[in-house]
Amino acid sequence: MMTHDLSALELSRAICAGKLSVLEAVSAAIRLARQNEHNAFLSVAEESSVRRAKKVQEQINAGEIHSPLAGVPIALKDNISAAGTKTTCASKMLGGYTPVYNATVVDKLERAGMIVIGKLNMDEFAMGGSGETSAFGTVLNPWDKSRVAGGSSAGSAAAAASGEVPLALGSDTGGSIRQPCSFCGATGIKPTYGAVSRYGLIAYASSLDQIGPIAMNINDSAALLSVISGPDGKDSTCIIDKAFDFPGGEENQSPGVKIGLPRNYFGDGIDEDVKIAVLAAAKEFEAAGAVVEEFDMPLTDYMIPAYYIIACAEASSNLSRYDGLKYGYRKDGANTLVDVYRHSRSEGFGIEVKRRIMLGSFVLSSGYYDAYYKKALQTRALIKDAYSKLFERFDMILSPVAPTTAYKIGENIDDPVKMYMGDIFTVSVNLAGLPAVSLPCGFDKEGLPVGFQLIGDFFAEEKLIRAAQVYQNLTDHHTKRPGGRC
Amino acid sequence: MKWEIVMGLEVHAELSTKSKIFCGCKAAFGGEPNTYVCPVCCGMPGTLPMLNRAVIEYAIRTGLMLNCEIARTCKFDRKNYFYPDLPKAYQVSQLYAPICSGGFVEIEVNGQKKRIRIREIHMEEDAGKLIHDSPGGKTRIDFNRAGVGLLEIVSEPDFRSKDEVLAYLARLSETLLYLGVSDCKMQEGSLRADVNISVRPFGEALGVRTEMKNINSLKAIGRAIEYESARQIEILENGGQITQETRRWDDEEGKSCGMRKKENAWDYRYFPEPDLLPIFIDDKWLERARLTLPEPAHRKRERYICEYGLSEHEAFVLTGHKNISDLFENVLEHGGEPLESAHLIMGEIMRLMNDSGTLPEDLSVDGRKLAILVDLVLRSKISRGAYKEAVLAVYANDAEPETYVAQQGLLMMSDGHIISEAVDMVLADYSDAVMDYRAGKIKVFGFLMGQVMKKLGRAGNPDLAQSALKKALDAEVGEG
Amino acid sequence: MNVPIDDNLITYLEDLSYLTFSDDEKNRLKAELKDILGCMARLGELNVENVPERSHPFDNVNAFREDDALPSFDRGLILQNAPECDGEAFIAPSAVAG
Repeated sequence: MMTHDLSALELSRAICAGKLSVLEAVSAAIRLARQNEHNAFLSVAEESSVRRAKKVQEQINAGEIHSPLAGVPIALKDNISAAGTKTTCASKMLGGYTPVYNATVVDKLERAGMIVIGKLNMDEFAMGGSGETSAFGTVLNPWDKSRVAGGSSAGSAAAAASGEVPLALGSDTGGSIRQPCSFCGATGIKPTYGAVSRYGLIAYASSLDQIGPIAMNINDSAALLSVISGPDGKDSTCIIDKAFDFPGGEENQSPGVKIGLPRNYFGDGIDEDVKIAVLAAAKEFEAAGAVVEEFDMPLTDYMIPAYYIIACAEASSNLSRYDGLKYGYRKDGANTLVDVYRHSRSEGFGIEVKRRIMLGSFVLSSGYYDAYYKKALQTRALIKDAYSKLFERFDMILSPVAPTTAYKIGENIDDPVKMYMGDIFTVSVNLAGLPAVSLPCGFDKEGLPVGFQLIGDFFAEEKLIRAAQVYQNLTDHHTKRPGGRC
Repeated sequence: MKWEIVMGLEVHAELSTKSKIFCGCKAAFGGEPNTYVCPVCCGMPGTLPMLNRAVIEYAIRTGLMLNCEIARTCKFDRKNYFYPDLPKAYQVSQLYAPICSGGFVEIEVNGQKKRIRIREIHMEEDAGKLIHDSPGGKTRIDFNRAGVGLLEIVSEPDFRSKDEVLAYLARLSETLLYLGVSDCKMQEGSLRADVNISVRPFGEALGVRTEMKNINSLKAIGRAIEYESARQIEILENGGQITQETRRWDDEEGKSCGMRKKENAWDYRYFPEPDLLPIFIDDKWLERARLTLPEPAHRKRERYICEYGLSEHEAFVLTGHKNISDLFENVLEHGGEPLESAHLIMGEIMRLMNDSGTLPEDLSVDGRKLAILVDLVLRSKISRGAYKEAVLAVYANDAEPETYVAQQGLLMMSDGHIISEAVDMVLADYSDAVMDYRAGKIKVFGFLMGQVMKKLGRAGNPDLAQSALKKALDAEVGEG
Repeated sequence: MNVPIDDNLITYLEDLSYLTFSDDEKNRLKAELKDILGCMARLGELNVENVPERSHPFDNVNAFREDDALPSFDRGLILQNAPECDGEAFIAPSAVAG
């Protein structure tokens, strides 16, 4: 059986029915991960996966695991800590770092009988939107290897979209799950802030970061979200009452929902092909019985500034702990304390990370705090309130994920402002802490995937997932595979 | 010119919670380096803080005792700076919305009462410890202390003399000890004080201040203040100017020196800690805290004097440490007569503590047992000598007093028949002495008494024996 | 707000962040910061009077743990990733000297 033709839920069903062993599923994924055709994998945990596969098989045989994803291999973005497995954040700084504890989500995956087979490439410390800031090479887009896979969860989206692994975890701070899903044709969920524990997620921007699932379809993503969500005594901001429990079944009823379409997102700044595909998705919902209504998204000019100020400020503080003393890179031959600090950090971090640290230090520094940081927090409040008002009118908002499809490697990397502008449709969701799903909705003229997102109110994941299920039942974009496989 | 010294204090009190402020590691002093640590307090990548509820409780209670207003909503901020003892390179502290503000402490110096205003109290985490004993001059880093909860109590610049500072610190540590919030041991660093100090000619505007850090004992505070005020006055009298700076007190050298400029003018880039939620304290919580407040030491002193008739001195000694007054009140709760109980603690117990080198914070004696002994001695069931012996047994071995006095035969013999038998025997055995007594040599009474007690053994009731002997001696005279 | 993005500012930020840039990098950084801050300056247009500062996406409060002391971590694991240690403590160049 070709395991990569099965969805994650199907794979688990086949395993539980005895048609396939856990080891076979894991070995197939490891084989592809080892080939690493898209540079999506940074490490493959072969030995421990094989060991775990055998153990999980015993548990399944003994009827001890009742998870719909039991036996399924998964790979993690390399900013999610797994004890005993190198976790680098795709940075030279953490090139030799091995966590001594598990992230909460890793414990949850293990309890669900899933097997972590490796760690996935990303933009360094999740700072970037193209996968190009990785210290270990750019992730290649499975649809066109001369193009980026998006970012920062570049490896997660590329590995899931290419079928190298049925499921992946990414993290989304300003679009880092949704945008690479859009570039690679995968289906991902950015959960409500506080639905999934961040304990063990190496922080970029604490008030925006959220771990989420990436898969080939919404049912797999929703099942994985059910596994990783839930309260955690180790994360004060994980405010969810109890874990989600999304049935993996097929939803076929009309959504009957009211969908807002932000008219001003479809103006000058967006590729024509993206516009066409996303508007077609809106039509699809209308045909399925949803009410689609246009509106003007307020505050759009202020989203990118507010996001980058807040994210960089938090990052500058979060990344100060990398000082060459407790873990991580230390510059050889640095003899004074100041030299250890300066040289370890200057050599350990890449240029984008350093740029954001400098920017973050600036907006927090005395004299500039009020004009930048404080103002960004106030803008954040306005954006949050604007969304609250919108959700009085709409059940969800349908919008593009990115203004373009995947661009050529190297095309934007030297223009930070242009790069940041690519996040225009995604960052406000993180500022407001909202959930969103990213779904493929077609291809551009070059044959590159286009994605759209459904944005919901706080903890409205279920509504979004139902709508996404309806959409994927009506369409086949998510079933298209790179290389013509279907 | 006559100079006035103006000072403000920043006191850091390490909280005596069981666990650290943001993780479950033990908040204990000492221990082998890096043995009370975990990924959270070592600042490992991906870890997050979880706030210890007891830290909030302690802060609220302290604020209430120091007459502060408790903020209904407060939050934590990050203070960013690099130093090897600070694992995350930021300290979680409170800048924008501290938990307590606007209180005061009443002190008395030379019979003058004065209020020292508290500007604010905030919660924060302690840093680790650097050990500079490594070969090659390297620094070793121990994170056992990193993440222990601290209260920083910031006063207004209300101090005008060293004595006021010392009186304030005494009153403050007394309060914290009574609350059980901190053990306030300066030598172990659980109470630390930074002094802001400036001088000015009387009646003029405030001068430029310096901040003195690294002061580790009450004695050192006195010395540091004297040194720094003299230094500033000398500069100003010679026409110089004071630089605003942080100075490090070196107690061995007996002088302070300026820390590097860069460390002074640091830009801490405070911002709200995104990993922690704000704290909301509602009426119910505040009321509950109010109800559990202990009686302040000065209130206790007044009560001891009025209710129990103790002298001012006695009341002062008994409230010198929370454990002492706790013991005293514990004895009273179990029926101990106040005056006798007070004398027992100030006398025998304190002497035993002194002999064994026991500090008040380590004192552990069962008040119920002492109350039993107080009762026995007051009802003449045991002699003063036996009392002393039994107190030692309770103090040193936690002996059960009734069992002990019975087993040791300390209960006084009060049987009249046995006593008069013993008297009769002594009169018969020492007829010479009896004759001497009767001839007016009253001095031999002591000898005869001793013989009676010898016959009765340790349990003989000396009072009863004495009157029986006297009666017998006098009666014989009457008959003759 | 008009920010002078000059060598002084870059040096100041380098000091705060403990980073060092080459002269080339510095020049590039100056230009980039000018662009980025120019884009961020748009926030100046917004009227945010009386708008509260939002540092979390939600308004939840009071997440606590109880004061229970748990066993600590194995010291060997804590020190496992240290670039320099002596089996008991992390080792840094002298923190007292200059």
